[in-house]
Amino acid sequence: MAYTEHAAHDHHDHKPSGMWRWLSTTNHKDIGTLYLIFSCVMFFVGGAMAMVIRLELFKPGMQFLDPAFYNSMTTVHALAMIFGAVMPAWVGLANWMIPMQVGAPDMALPRMNNFSFWLLPFAFTLLLLGFFVPGGAPAGGWTLYPPLVLQGGDSFPLAIFAIHLMGASSIMGAINVIVTIMNMRAPGMTLLRMPLFVWTWLITAYLLIAVMPVLAGAVTMLLTDHFFGTSFFSASGGGDPVMFQHVFWFFGHPEVYILILPAFGIVSEVIPTFSRKPLFGYEAMVYATASIAFLSFIVWAHHMFTVGMPLAGELFFMLSTMLIAIPTGVKVFYWSATMWRGSLSFEPPMLFALAFLFLFTIGGFSGLMLAIAPADFQYQDTYFVVAHFHYVLVPGSIFTIFAAVYYWMPKWTGHMYNMTLAKWHFWLSTIFVNVLFFPQHFLGLAGMPRRIPDYATQFADWNMVSSIGGFGFGVSQLLFPYIIYKCIRGGEKATAQVWEGAHGLEWELPSPAPYHTWEEAPTPAQIAHGAEH
Amino acid sequence: MNESQTLKRRNRALTGKLWLFVAGSFAFGFALVPLYRVLCQITGFGDQKLLSVAVAPVRAGSVEAGRTVTVEFMANLPTVGNWEFRPSQATLQVHPGQLYEASFIAHNLTGHDTVAQAVPNIAPGEAASWFHKTQCFCFSPQSFKRGEQRVMPVRFFIDRALPIYVDRVTLSYTFYDTALHVAAR
Repeated sequence: MAYTEHAAHDHHDHKPSGMWRWLSTTNHKDIGTLYLIFSCVMFFVGGAMAMVIRLELFKPGMQFLDPAFYNSMTTVHALAMIFGAVMPAWVGLANWMIPMQVGAPDMALPRMNNFSFWLLPFAFTLLLLGFFVPGGAPAGGWTLYPPLVLQGGDSFPLAIFAIHLMGASSIMGAINVIVTIMNMRAPGMTLLRMPLFVWTWLITAYLLIAVMPVLAGAVTMLLTDHFFGTSFFSASGGGDPVMFQHVFWFFGHPEVYILILPAFGIVSEVIPTFSRKPLFGYEAMVYATASIAFLSFIVWAHHMFTVGMPLAGELFFMLSTMLIAIPTGVKVFYWSATMWRGSLSFEPPMLFALAFLFLFTIGGFSGLMLAIAPADFQYQDTYFVVAHFHYVLVPGSIFTIFAAVYYWMPKWTGHMYNMTLAKWHFWLSTIFVNVLFFPQHFLGLAGMPRRIPDYATQFADWNMVSSIGGFGFGVSQLLFPYIIYKCIRGGEKATAQVWEGAHGLEWELPSPAPYHTWEEAPTPAQIAHGAEH
Repeated sequence: MNESQTLKRRNRALTGKLWLFVAGSFAFGFALVPLYRVLCQITGFGDQKLLSVAVAPVRAGSVEAGRTVTVEFMANLPTVGNWEFRPSQATLQVHPGQLYEASFIAHNLTGHDTVAQAVPNIAPGEAASWFHKTQCFCFSPQSFKRGEQRVMPVRFFIDRALPIYVDRVTLSYTFYDTALHVAAR
């Protein structure tokens, strides 16, 4: 434990106090914390909107809202969850864990790191300001399709600038991650020794810098179409609204992998720990992640089978989409193989990782159904699509964020959290998420369209079930910040390794991790011990 | 000279390269616009050029009297309220190779003089290559006085090479008030 001795003599462990510390910090742990708190706040903001949606859909008929406000709810819920909750959570985890996992003292570009975080509160202030301007918040759907989006009120430019800021923030975050991983690894931490979370984030970061600028371009074109008389997407001036869909989904499909690849990394670390076995097929996992990322660039038009495309195009996008099932299947089987004959235990991170494994796979299967072009003509824009992407995003991304927080929180705070409450959080979430989203498959197959505040009475029963699941899921999430708060305030002292089967450089550090870590690079022995995959 | 300075230099170099990558991606987003046009021209899919080109009537050739195709006419407005726009006839029974005339009626209710442009579309898309217009109000922007109502003709013929399984073709126009775009230019 040479490291602790060093830390005890560390005279640089000073930080400014109060607000100024958080505004000016360049410490990767502080910034990681800020990102995670921001993400948690946006999770509840977006979640509150989801509750409003489920309340309106509880019964057929118009209950509480006017249709325009309902449309704002679905639009802003999506933007808040994607850009406000899930993406900042991944960047926060990357900030906290990547330097500790590769043996670096901090992120490579600490000041840019601070800037990229502080853009986010401004971005979301702009977005949410839309509720208070004439015309109401954006209501044309998060996909921003013209010409509908161009008919929005004064919130349209606010939303566009918000997206510009979110994009700038995540591009800077991604650059920081790449430079940190490429240049700051400790001597001896070769690329193929890196933990899977670092690997998946490296690939995610490249996806981010490849497609976020394309989104920025697309929304800039919307802006000039609306205000400066260009006609990129306006048919009257020779443009084509369908082109927006192509440009948008060229961003949008890699974006869904940006939301899920870091989740694959988390699961690849949690399952081996609680199976007390090295990850099965480490290198294959890396290559599978890379091939998923590559394929994500050539499948975008499966989101738009019904807008009109040559038959050859439909076939190409259908088959290339189905191809993604192969590397994803490799991953699912390898996680299962990791558990085979392992000595399993079921602490909260493992429970969430297992729920991910089952429920994400369900979402993957409905994705395969949607990939079939002729079948998609029936599923397009129904609740089947809603069920599909919520299955891959909620028990996919969100559950793994829970798994990651429950996995690393003792390392961050130095305390164990309340395992019983965390297990309650798990069981309530897992039961209610299925009550919430599984019936939406039936609704979609029966033909209920998405993005409507009212519906035919034949859909009433399953909508009520789904709403009950929604309220249950929403209320159970309140446990999460409570558990975190209690864990920060106190609790059983955590050991350095925390979990019996945990391997990796972060577990070579004491708990809580000191403010500055790995200022002296880890020893080859520590790296070798950590890289037992 | 020392290690931390080399690291700083390497970080700066890689950051610079990654920003270039970002700039390239941003430019690529805009490059998709001409790329999309080219793809549309190659596949003939949704290609406005193809739909808005005048064809000489001499190409009509001899009439295939034994075959009848139904042509349906549709008129759309991008927004409701300030224009009236409708076809004079709902359908026409036509023989391939023969020249026909149909007309659309537009009424300017915007309350001021303006310019409007009709954007055509043909369904099914594969029929577009065999639907020829010799004269059309959609070929150029149309000026309208305040409150003016006008009947606008379109002359067309259907190529005899139209695939035999196509017996129904829809010609639709969306009528855009382009005063904003004209003012911008």
